Amino acid sequence: MIKDLLKETIWSLSTNKARSGLTILGIVIGIASVITMVAIGQGVQGSIEKNIESIGSNLIVIMPGAQRVGGISQGGGSNQTLTLEDSDAIKTQVQTIKAVAPEATRRYQVTARGANTNTQVVGTVPDYMTVRNITMNIGSFFSDQQVKSSAKVAILGPTTRDDLFGANADPTGQSIRIKNVDFQVIGVTDAKGGSGFSNPDDTIFVPLGSAQHFLAGNDFLSDISVAAADQNSMTSVQQQISDLLLARHKITDPTQADFNILNQNDIIATATTITNTFTILLSSIAGISLLVGGIGIMNMMLTSVTERTREIGLRKAVGIRKLHINLQFLAEAVMLTFLGGLIGIALGWLASLAVTRFVPTLTTQISVSSIFLAFGVSAAVGIIFGFYPARRAANLNPIEALRYE
Amino acid sequence: MIECKNLYKAYVNGDVETQAVCGISFKIEKGEFVSIIGPSGSGKSTLMHILGALDSPTSGQYLLEGKDVSKFSDNELSDLRREKIGFVFQSFNLLPRTTVLRNVMLPLLYSDLSYSQREKKAKNALEYAGMDKDKFLNLSNQLSGGQMQRVAIARALVNEPAIILADEPTGNLDTKTSRIVMETFKELNSKGHTIVLITHEMEVANFANRVISIRDGLIEKDERKKHI
Repeated sequence: MIKDLLKETIWSLSTNKARSGLTILGIVIGIASVITMVAIGQGVQGSIEKNIESIGSNLIVIMPGAQRVGGISQGGGSNQTLTLEDSDAIKTQVQTIKAVAPEATRRYQVTARGANTNTQVVGTVPDYMTVRNITMNIGSFFSDQQVKSSAKVAILGPTTRDDLFGANADPTGQSIRIKNVDFQVIGVTDAKGGSGFSNPDDTIFVPLGSAQHFLAGNDFLSDISVAAADQNSMTSVQQQISDLLLARHKITDPTQADFNILNQNDIIATATTITNTFTILLSSIAGISLLVGGIGIMNMMLTSVTERTREIGLRKAVGIRKLHINLQFLAEAVMLTFLGGLIGIALGWLASLAVTRFVPTLTTQISVSSIFLAFGVSAAVGIIFGFYPARRAANLNPIEALRYE
Repeated sequence: MIECKNLYKAYVNGDVETQAVCGISFKIEKGEFVSIIGPSGSGKSTLMHILGALDSPTSGQYLLEGKDVSKFSDNELSDLRREKIGFVFQSFNLLPRTTVLRNVMLPLLYSDLSYSQREKKAKNALEYAGMDKDKFLNLSNQLSGGQMQRVAIARALVNEPAIILADEPTGNLDTKTSRIVMETFKELNSKGHTIVLITHEMEVANFANRVISIRDGLIEKDERKKHI
């Protein structure tokens, strides 16, 4: 009997290829779109998190405050109030910090052997590696000695290296020219990922003194990065730095501070809010696609089964039992939804891979729960709407079913 | 073989009750060829549905081979239709886009027979109904009306039923094909099959040995013709 049922199901689906194909297509689209959508969403979340992590961990950034000229603010960071002495004071007086890296950063036009690019040049100290989680791919970072002697050496980010010397070239020993000053390349950092205006991969690192003397021509810092010892000490570190700098700059009213302190926890909190909103957005899109897909499946199933009411009537008239008719339609619905489901999962997976391949900044993540959800809903809709009308038709008087138009 | 005792059937549609069959009694013996004739609305189709175990009477008794069918459950009715009754419909009712052979094998589905046994039975029935061998694997929608009705007759015969019920079997056919189909029924009857034919055409009804005329849910006339 089971053999008969299977044969009848396969035969019935294969004699109506167009109908079966369309039903499967509906299920495939429903499932594939949900899986791809969720995979892209999770990929975006992952890439946002990765970008934030690439800034550094437990990071606190102190930036100069807004300069006021006659009560008119010139915008954050325009003031030149931070100095190397401030940085040294933080390093020696603030508790539970891991490393401090003063920075003098500016964008310059950089040339090398005819190639040129516009990139940010970061003048800093070796501790920067610790603070910003930088690792070396080729060569080594400059030493404290080279910072003290204002050596004309430079470390390239991988993107800058690609721009100036070609992809994956080894530029050590070559020289680059920044603002008419020659620097010798001594290393290339590992790629960190991330993108945007302050992409850590599109950067040149030079000793702090060199940046101040040869490039900027002054002793001020653009910011100071501090790595706290751990996550829990960040608030206390921020408070200590604030107190210390207020005292050093002789400011009594904290609201008049000539510097701003940015805490990575704040950035993470903001990012979390963004990603949470994003999750809600994606869930609603996935939910809507699932709903639309479900209605599509429902339509296909309802029309194809209603269309077969006469066939059901005939089957009843020639003496096939109601149970067997019900079982056959149930088997057909199950087979259609499972075929469609499998193809849909495969297609969703391929689409996610394709997105990863063609959009390099986005690594999609296929979530198992989205597969189960999409498959479960489609299968449930397909089986209910494939089986229920058939059951109704099988309960009809065969004469009524045969007359059905 | 078939015995109807005071059959009544009423349809209720909203508040309106329509009496389709109002007290019909008759007997059909094994090997008879009976036509039931009547104009549309006479109740002949309702009677045929009751005889075919597709519908049950409101009151009265329907005995098939001595068993009271009016008290059967749905499954019992299904089994009865499969084993004892062969249907031939006006609109053929073949499965579309399906081979001739497969159409004839439909009533054998879910039986204990093996596939080869079913195929053998179906082929025998098709040959018996006068279908050309080379058409067995044609699709049902590629056949002419006459051929379709032959397939339907073969399907009705495949389980070797006690009676063959034909509901306007020539209604969708031209005169020439109708004649051929009716000759087929006559031949089957001469081989011992019991046939009940429903029609509104006297010409068709006259192929039978006995004609029961129905009007307004009652038997008007019951004539037996003498065999030559």
